[in-house]
Amino acid sequence: MSFSDAIAQEQHAASSHESSRKEPDITGVIIEHVMDNHVWHFFDGHYGTLYLPVIVYSKERGLEMFSSSHFFDEHHNPVPYNGYSLEHNKIFLGETPVWDFSITKNVAMLFLNAGLLLAVLTAVSRGYGRNRGKAPKGVQSFIEPIVLFVKDEIVKPNIGARYERYLPYLLTLFFFILFGNLLGLLPGAGNMTGNIAVTLTLAALTFIITNVSGNSNYWMHIFWTPGVPLPLRIIIFPVELIGIFTKPFSLMIRLFAAITAGHILLLGLISLTFMFKSYFVGVGASVFVIVISLIELLVAGIQAYVFTLFTSLYIGLAVEEHHGEGH
Amino acid sequence: MLFSMLLDVSYAIMGAGIGAGLAAIGAGIGVGRIGGSAMEAMARQPEMQPKLQGSMLIIAALVEVAALFALVICLIISGKTNGVLG
Repeated sequence: MSFSDAIAQEQHAASSHESSRKEPDITGVIIEHVMDNHVWHFFDGHYGTLYLPVIVYSKERGLEMFSSSHFFDEHHNPVPYNGYSLEHNKIFLGETPVWDFSITKNVAMLFLNAGLLLAVLTAVSRGYGRNRGKAPKGVQSFIEPIVLFVKDEIVKPNIGARYERYLPYLLTLFFFILFGNLLGLLPGAGNMTGNIAVTLTLAALTFIITNVSGNSNYWMHIFWTPGVPLPLRIIIFPVELIGIFTKPFSLMIRLFAAITAGHILLLGLISLTFMFKSYFVGVGASVFVIVISLIELLVAGIQAYVFTLFTSLYIGLAVEEHHGEGH
Repeated sequence: MLFSMLLDVSYAIMGAGIGAGLAAIGAGIGVGRIGGSAMEAMARQPEMQPKLQGSMLIIAALVEVAALFALVICLIISGKTNGVLG
């Protein structure tokens, strides 16, 4: 809905200028939909836009908080406010950039995701308290197979004996990414797990947990691989050292690319209708979009599974005990 | 001078397009091989079909993402040439 309004706005804006550009800017609309924004635009009209709060810190002005509606006038043109200006989703104080701690669309989605996780999972745990000794009912019976799947298929086989230390974090990670991916597919939602800052944080957590819980076997394996002739050890050392960083890096890029590319694909198929301006293309594209959306649901689950699987694999590599001779 | 600048920009966009196409070929070959081996294995042992299907989907997601890396780079390249992304 907001997509068609954005395209209509572009066409209106384009035709009201002297420029001869008649085509709507499809790429711009698609990129704008997958990027973060200070304004949450649900649909056109007075009640369709949520102006999220802007929180900026700068040395000259200190901490300031105001609504982002000050950055736009009645016709939704960007105007500067109180010395601050908003260009390409970056806030500047005159010429210098400021520290931007605003509640943007993705931050609001993160809060929504956290709230949803709390609501669902505390309901499950309260259900276990109520139904002590009885069969699970309600949302319990939906979440329990997923929790058991994560515990028995992902965490226990990969980490081994001391898996219970890492199980709470890995369960949270799995449900966070799953709910985040699914929320991003709803209409009007923000692309949260497709934001590289969010996946960077998740990968950084993996990096920290892996290296903090690495025992002497893990570090020996990196710096001075046992059981390998000496010249090879000199070669293996830099490779393993870089590997410490590339493993979480690949986690970050994998989740970001999968989710963002899925969204760009869906948006591109919908914009086919606007490019060709034909009803037949519209019907065909809509059917295709439904099929791809179902695939995106599958991808949402698979990417959560893969992220948790690789994280537990890396943790398992870090905490594994020495198992005799031979690697 | 303007012509050489325009030539550079057009080479960049052409490179982005060819790169995206090659990425699609890579994804096609990779996922096709996975699907082919999975089909063969399912034909040999029909009782293993659910497990094979599960593993096939997961590995397909991993291979697909490699193609998506290339797609994202191509999008960035083509975005930088008309100032949409950069």
